Amino acid sequence: MKRFAGLVLAILFIFGPSLAQALEPSEILADPALEARARTISQGLRCLVCQNESIEDSGADLAHDLRVLVRERVKAGDTDDQVRQYIVSRYGEFVLLRPVLAPHTLILWFAAPALVLVGIGVLVVLARRRRDPLPTDLSAEEAEALERLGAPEPADDPGAVQR
Amino acid sequence: MTIELGHFCLILAFAIATASALVGFALWRAEGRVALFVRQAAVLQFLLVGLAFAALINAFVTSDFSLSLAYQHSHSLMPLIFRITSVWGSHEGSMVLWISILVTFGAAVAVFGRHLPQDLLTLVLSSQALLAAAFTGFTLFTSNPFLRLNPAPLEGQDLNPILQDIGLAIHPPLLYTGYVGFSICFSFAIAALVSGRIDAAWARWVRPWTLLAWCFLTLGIAMGSYWAYYELGWGGWWFWDPVENASFMPWLAGTALLHSALVMEKRNALKIWTIFLSIITFSLSLLGTFLVRSGVLTSVHTFATDPTRGVVILALLACFIGGAFTLFAFRASALRVGGLFAPVSREGMLILNNLFLITGLAAVLVGTLYPLLLEAIAGKTISVGGPFFNLTFGTLMVPLLLLLPLGPFMAWKRGDLIAVTQRLGFAVALAVLGGILVLAWSGWTISLAPFGILLGFWVAFGAIAELVDRSRLGRIAPAESWRRLAGLPRSAFSTTIAHFGVGIAVIGIVATSAWSGELVTTLSPGQSATLSGYAIRFDGVDDAPGPNYSAERGHFTLTAPGGGTNSVEAEKRVYTVSHQPTTEASITTYGFSQLYLQLGEKGRDTAYVVRIWYKPFVTFIWFGAILMALAGFLSLTDRRLRVGAPRRRVVPAAMPEAAE
Repeated sequence: MKRFAGLVLAILFIFGPSLAQALEPSEILADPALEARARTISQGLRCLVCQNESIEDSGADLAHDLRVLVRERVKAGDTDDQVRQYIVSRYGEFVLLRPVLAPHTLILWFAAPALVLVGIGVLVVLARRRRDPLPTDLSAEEAEALERLGAPEPADDPGAVQR
Repeated sequence: MTIELGHFCLILAFAIATASALVGFALWRAEGRVALFVRQAAVLQFLLVGLAFAALINAFVTSDFSLSLAYQHSHSLMPLIFRITSVWGSHEGSMVLWISILVTFGAAVAVFGRHLPQDLLTLVLSSQALLAAAFTGFTLFTSNPFLRLNPAPLEGQDLNPILQDIGLAIHPPLLYTGYVGFSICFSFAIAALVSGRIDAAWARWVRPWTLLAWCFLTLGIAMGSYWAYYELGWGGWWFWDPVENASFMPWLAGTALLHSALVMEKRNALKIWTIFLSIITFSLSLLGTFLVRSGVLTSVHTFATDPTRGVVILALLACFIGGAFTLFAFRASALRVGGLFAPVSREGMLILNNLFLITGLAAVLVGTLYPLLLEAIAGKTISVGGPFFNLTFGTLMVPLLLLLPLGPFMAWKRGDLIAVTQRLGFAVALAVLGGILVLAWSGWTISLAPFGILLGFWVAFGAIAELVDRSRLGRIAPAESWRRLAGLPRSAFSTTIAHFGVGIAVIGIVATSAWSGELVTTLSPGQSATLSGYAIRFDGVDDAPGPNYSAERGHFTLTAPGGGTNSVEAEKRVYTVSHQPTTEASITTYGFSQLYLQLGEKGRDTAYVVRIWYKPFVTFIWFGAILMALAGFLSLTDRRLRVGAPRRRVVPAAMPEAAE
């Protein structure tokens, strides 16, 4: 109970300021190319104390510190990957909005593509199985029944099934 | 006194729902009195929950802070509209809203579904009553909204300022109507499985309810997105937040359901799959309810909860979803496979639609739940954010959008892909031309954006092409074309409008994501900045106190590239009771694009930080969604969908001619 009350308080305090102070002019790097790189990196890093916000969009103090840190590394000549690795080494994998591809995320990354393949496989099998009866030859009994009814076409019309 | 009356009404509704569910499921074969009782019980639940809800609203409107809920979430200085909406600004109150909508749907089926076979109707209403009993019980026993305080406090603690917005009046009721509306599909599925009777007629009965729920959910999500856009202050409109995903997943499943029910209605095929989707769709709604209220997530949307509630909701979730799928497993095999069709046919296209919608849904579901499970099982914390969803979900949507315009052109049973492609040639040409123009405009830089725009154009033009083709515009005299167009069923127009809306939304999403402009700068009064051709002059700040907050209001003058100036205001508010700051961004619409301006913190002297975004064609996103919902409503007025109305034979239009 206490833990949740704490969380709520945390949200109120963290979320509040976050509305007021995202990226500040003083943080912006003078070199537009470096700034653009820093922004791309920042957009993929999570603000640790907010929900699903990138540090670029968040106004929490910690997000501010991270933005400054990212820009420092970019200025120091790190590549994008080096910057990310530096941040991950300090704050953990949780900070990456796009999870890494590793044994513990295999299911995450491949569940949906695998399902597509399974789905296509099932459809192909079903289509094959259905190919045979598709030529609309009626069995002798069906033809006879049809003749008795005097119907112009087989009764696959939904209206016919309705009670 | 009214509060106790409301409390009593809710308890009575709980009792009646329980009785109705027990009697209904036990004696559904017995027609006559049992059926009458279940129907009357549905109407009674509606009246009683309505009274309970009214009692709550009354306490909030009159600022009766002896009601604990009103004390916690309201304040006497709030404007009337917010005092009403704050009823569902809390977990307990929103549960009552949830139940109100549930029983409203139940009563609507009881009243409008009289043409249904009596045993089916009894089963549907019993299932609905079981849901009502479970969730009314949950509300009464774990989150009672009618608790009193003694002595009554003089003043309330105010509502979370972010929620003090007209959005709270619109977003939750729309969204809940959508969420909870899918309960009808669920109940119809349960009824079909219990009675063992399922046919094309079933699909015709369930489709209007699916469509109604889907329309409201579409509007609810779009409204929520726009609310987040203007309220959170940095111009984002979708965050892949778990709670947003929780509302998006039933939408995807519901969209798939709408299309598969079409196959079932027209061709008596895909029966098992349609039943499965009906269960899945509402299960995802329940999952959303669980995620929001259980405390496993935290976000703007979640209500402060204690863990026992989460456990109870999880148990309810397990009972309903588990029960439904157990029933499904036992009974589905009894359902016979219906009409046959070739892989290349309207049915085939609708199956592909379902394939990609459901795998897209799976991507969202896995992305939402995986971090929770990984943390619970392996103790590892990872984040799954926007980049993951854009990649996985986005990729799956590409084939869906590519195939979308082909679907309505395809004949039932057996289609001709080449003929269909030929008839869409004009749309292809227009879309490619549009894509090339965008590519030229963006300076021939190769990126995904022009391709995305091309996809949007393809869907939009492809949708219009269907109407052009069916009216044979340009091939016969215009007057004759017009006559043909006027003679088309409304469902033809709704298909076109909905698909056109999808195209529009895609264009909006791509344009906004690719070509937004952003500027963060410090401005002193009198200074100007430029962004994407717009000049923004800062005119100064004054105080603009409201009833329960203090505010600084920044005045700006905007000059559009083509001339013409606008004076706009952006506010920074601090709410008196909670000391919580919020921003009220200024949003100016130019054509379909918007200039989004936010007043930041005070700098040195009279200077302020100002954040400006230019969002090209951003309104297309919501216009697209609104078009989809309107198309749904239009389709609802088609007499084909009216329950029990004689079925008009829909001839696959113009197919023989085209096949020549």
